[in-house]
Amino acid sequence: MPMQSFIVNGERVEVDVEDDVRVLWVLRDILGVKGPKYGCGINVCKACTSHVNGKAFNPCAVPVGDLAEDDEITTIEGLADTVEGDGLHPMQEAWLDRDVAQCGYCQPGQIMAAVALVRKAKEEGRQVTLGDIEGLRNICRCGTYTRIREAIEQGARAM
Amino acid sequence: MTVLDQNHHAADDDGSRARPSGLPRRSFLGYVIGGSTLIAAADMALGASPASAIPSAPSIPELYDLNDFLTDAARPTANLIKIVIEEDGTASFALPRSENGQGIVTSTAMIIAEELELPVEKVNVTLADARPELLFNQLTGGSNTTISTYTPIRVAAAIAKGALLEAASNLLGDEVDKLVAKGGVIQGLTKSLTYGELAREAASATTQRREVELKESGFRVIGTGQRRTDALAAVTGAKEYATDLDVADALPTMVCRAPTLNGTVRNLVNGRAILEMPGVTDVAIVDTGVAVRARTFGQCIDAVRAMQVEWNDGPVAGLSDQDILDNLKKAEVALPSNKQLGLDKLGLDKLGLVKTIDADFTFYFRSNSAMDTNSAIADVRADSAEIWAGLKSPVTAQARIAEAVGLPQDKVTVHVTQGGGSFGRRLFFDAALEAAKISKAMGKPVKLMWHRADDARVGRGHPMATSKIKAVYAGKEVLALTQGHTSVETDYRHGLGDLISANVASLPTGLGNLGFAETIFALTQEVPYNFGAVVQTLTETDDRFNTASMRNIYSPDVRTANELVVDQLAKAMGEDPFEFRRRTLRDERTLAVLEKVAEVGDWGRRLPAGTAQGIAIHKEYKGSSACLVEIDCRPETVNRPIREGVTGPRVTRVVFAIDVGLPINPLGLEAQMQGGINDGIAQALTSSMHLENGHFVEASWDNYFYTRQWNTPPVVDVIIMPETTGVPGGAGEAGVAASMAAVACAYARATGEVPTYFPINHKAERPFEVKSYEPPLPASPTNGLKLTF
Repeated sequence: MPMQSFIVNGERVEVDVEDDVRVLWVLRDILGVKGPKYGCGINVCKACTSHVNGKAFNPCAVPVGDLAEDDEITTIEGLADTVEGDGLHPMQEAWLDRDVAQCGYCQPGQIMAAVALVRKAKEEGRQVTLGDIEGLRNICRCGTYTRIREAIEQGARAM
Repeated sequence: MTVLDQNHHAADDDGSRARPSGLPRRSFLGYVIGGSTLIAAADMALGASPASAIPSAPSIPELYDLNDFLTDAARPTANLIKIVIEEDGTASFALPRSENGQGIVTSTAMIIAEELELPVEKVNVTLADARPELLFNQLTGGSNTTISTYTPIRVAAAIAKGALLEAASNLLGDEVDKLVAKGGVIQGLTKSLTYGELAREAASATTQRREVELKESGFRVIGTGQRRTDALAAVTGAKEYATDLDVADALPTMVCRAPTLNGTVRNLVNGRAILEMPGVTDVAIVDTGVAVRARTFGQCIDAVRAMQVEWNDGPVAGLSDQDILDNLKKAEVALPSNKQLGLDKLGLDKLGLVKTIDADFTFYFRSNSAMDTNSAIADVRADSAEIWAGLKSPVTAQARIAEAVGLPQDKVTVHVTQGGGSFGRRLFFDAALEAAKISKAMGKPVKLMWHRADDARVGRGHPMATSKIKAVYAGKEVLALTQGHTSVETDYRHGLGDLISANVASLPTGLGNLGFAETIFALTQEVPYNFGAVVQTLTETDDRFNTASMRNIYSPDVRTANELVVDQLAKAMGEDPFEFRRRTLRDERTLAVLEKVAEVGDWGRRLPAGTAQGIAIHKEYKGSSACLVEIDCRPETVNRPIREGVTGPRVTRVVFAIDVGLPINPLGLEAQMQGGINDGIAQALTSSMHLENGHFVEASWDNYFYTRQWNTPPVVDVIIMPETTGVPGGAGEAGVAASMAAVACAYARATGEVPTYFPINHKAERPFEVKSYEPPLPASPTNGLKLTF
């Protein structure tokens, strides 16, 4: 089996696994990084949303062999470390403040998608809009969308 | 159970127990259990409602509803729930219920914190393993958790506090009534002690019966907004669901299922080749398909896709929606005639004053698939088994699993894990049972997870149903409303069936001879309007589908059919829908929520053509709700483009009011209502399953249109009404029925057409390509790095 090497939440990992195994399973089943959730395996539900080199991606749709040695993956577990200080990421704080989660299963993906969305808007020199938020495809079957909207706007102000 | 009222108490007393606070209190019995640290306990049967007489009335649920039934089911069991005071000053409680996001862990911690005078964060609530001795009292359903556990939990907590006060009195030398318990500390005249310091001192060597009083008002924690106790774990990825647990050697496992619903395996052609695939360790044929165990779930998917299997057809092979609907139509029972209803005696017929509104609605299949698909870990050995899964009926699961793997029930340990949503799905234990069979067949531990495609197509759903209504009126009076609901069978084999048979004797007169589904229907459905003779009946037929409750059982459909007819009656009488409801509602609490949403939602405000308001009510779970929505059905809104998404009419505003009797956690209630609103919107407008040629079409969240961000109403106001009854009502399902009905009513008013089937887009052209049935699972894409943002 080929040896795969990349960076997860700031640490280099080496994994002996076939090239075509999707990154989601390498994270969850082999490395034990369980924050990214399985919800469909076909890049539809977005429950596994994480970041690769700072951009949102869905590890269920990326063969591990496609990752380069210097690719940096950030999962929900590593999000807080991407900002200064010992606390959480402002988006996580907003999620807590708005008490967004119900069952919580989709929320790691929701938060990671929200952070990337706000970053993208900022890079484009603008604030995140309701239109941007309505374009998010992440499913929440508990129907927490109303609070997700509030939390993204609140988190964006602190980012 | 002993419940003493205040008068009774005073009569027994010599007056030395005057209540300085003046707050009303009730006395209950509980226990201090023998142990090395303080353990206080109460009998679950304390949750049973006081027996009430059943006066004659048109609607049974007004007097004795499903929640009374679920709660009274506790009566035969005399088993205890226990609160343990730990030496670190925290309280621990294993809740015999299943948490799937509905917030009962948080509200239970609040109830304990209230009685124990502890901060909420010092109360640790976990989910109890299956406790067969609890019999029916470990079922999470019918939004009944808080209704049935509120009193026993309070009693146990109050007993614990009493024991801590006594221990402090012994140690400090102060009389108990000179001590004050607050924030986990007992303050004496000169010194104080923490609960941690008192935990051992308050312990009892033997079990003793104690009496406690519970206050009925003056709450400190109950009624205040409390954020979820697991929120931090949820937002940091630390919260664990069944598939996140590490159980030694429990490798990923998936199942290859038949191309027709509930088909079975005849033969696996290439078993040897599958075993040689990368990562694969085991392959086994079970009654539900071919199971494969591998190093990763990805390799399980690859193996399932590579399997060449010969199948036996399932029971609906070749059939489609219309065939099932035709069957339902054949099963429909004629509604009672005016003569049968006794209306001929009024003599109005001859005067030509009696008019009739007939309506006929179809509700298509809907999926109750949660984000966290059916999953379970099973480790079945020769002499014992251990199971981990999100389970709302763990005792029944334990019994069925024991039966399936040939072990005595007490050799099967069932751990209840956090579930990633339920919506009725986790009332059943399909994955736990299947995982146990696979583990036994392979002789190894397995971590079974259903693929989304299976969870959507093969997993359980809400049965297709029809609802026929006949409303008879004369002038401004409704003389009769009859409703015949006909449904594909709803499966209740998760244990409620046993419960019913065991409790039939306790049912109000006349209900004991009904079938099981009819009993549930009779106990949940209510027409809270003064509509003269009201008759609602249920006919069930066709047991070939995988069905279950779905965030309510019958209510959203029955209510929607009902409220659409209410609007038609109002129109026929030339009245405003809100005013007509206000005039005819006979329940004060429901009237109050109706008036609240009309006021806050500015009922009757002018809106452009193609948009409209709708208003509806619902009464269930010991509570009343009302919903006002505004919908936009203009073409530019309906046809707004979203890639591979369904747009359609947009609900632009929702005002929802609920009276739950006694709100425990208003913040949690608001969340449940917001979720219920999104369910109601989905059921009215977008989400359904289509049976085509023997199987359901929908295999993905882009096929099954649950409400998405782009369908969510931009404005949602939830109003939690102040306490009305002093008794908590249900929350988890309470938001759906009025929402679905209000959306339907608004749609009818905006378009001028009353829909005859739901969801309204069920027959629209599908905006996706159907995923393959053979292989049953889609391949995972490989282009993820091209789609980053």
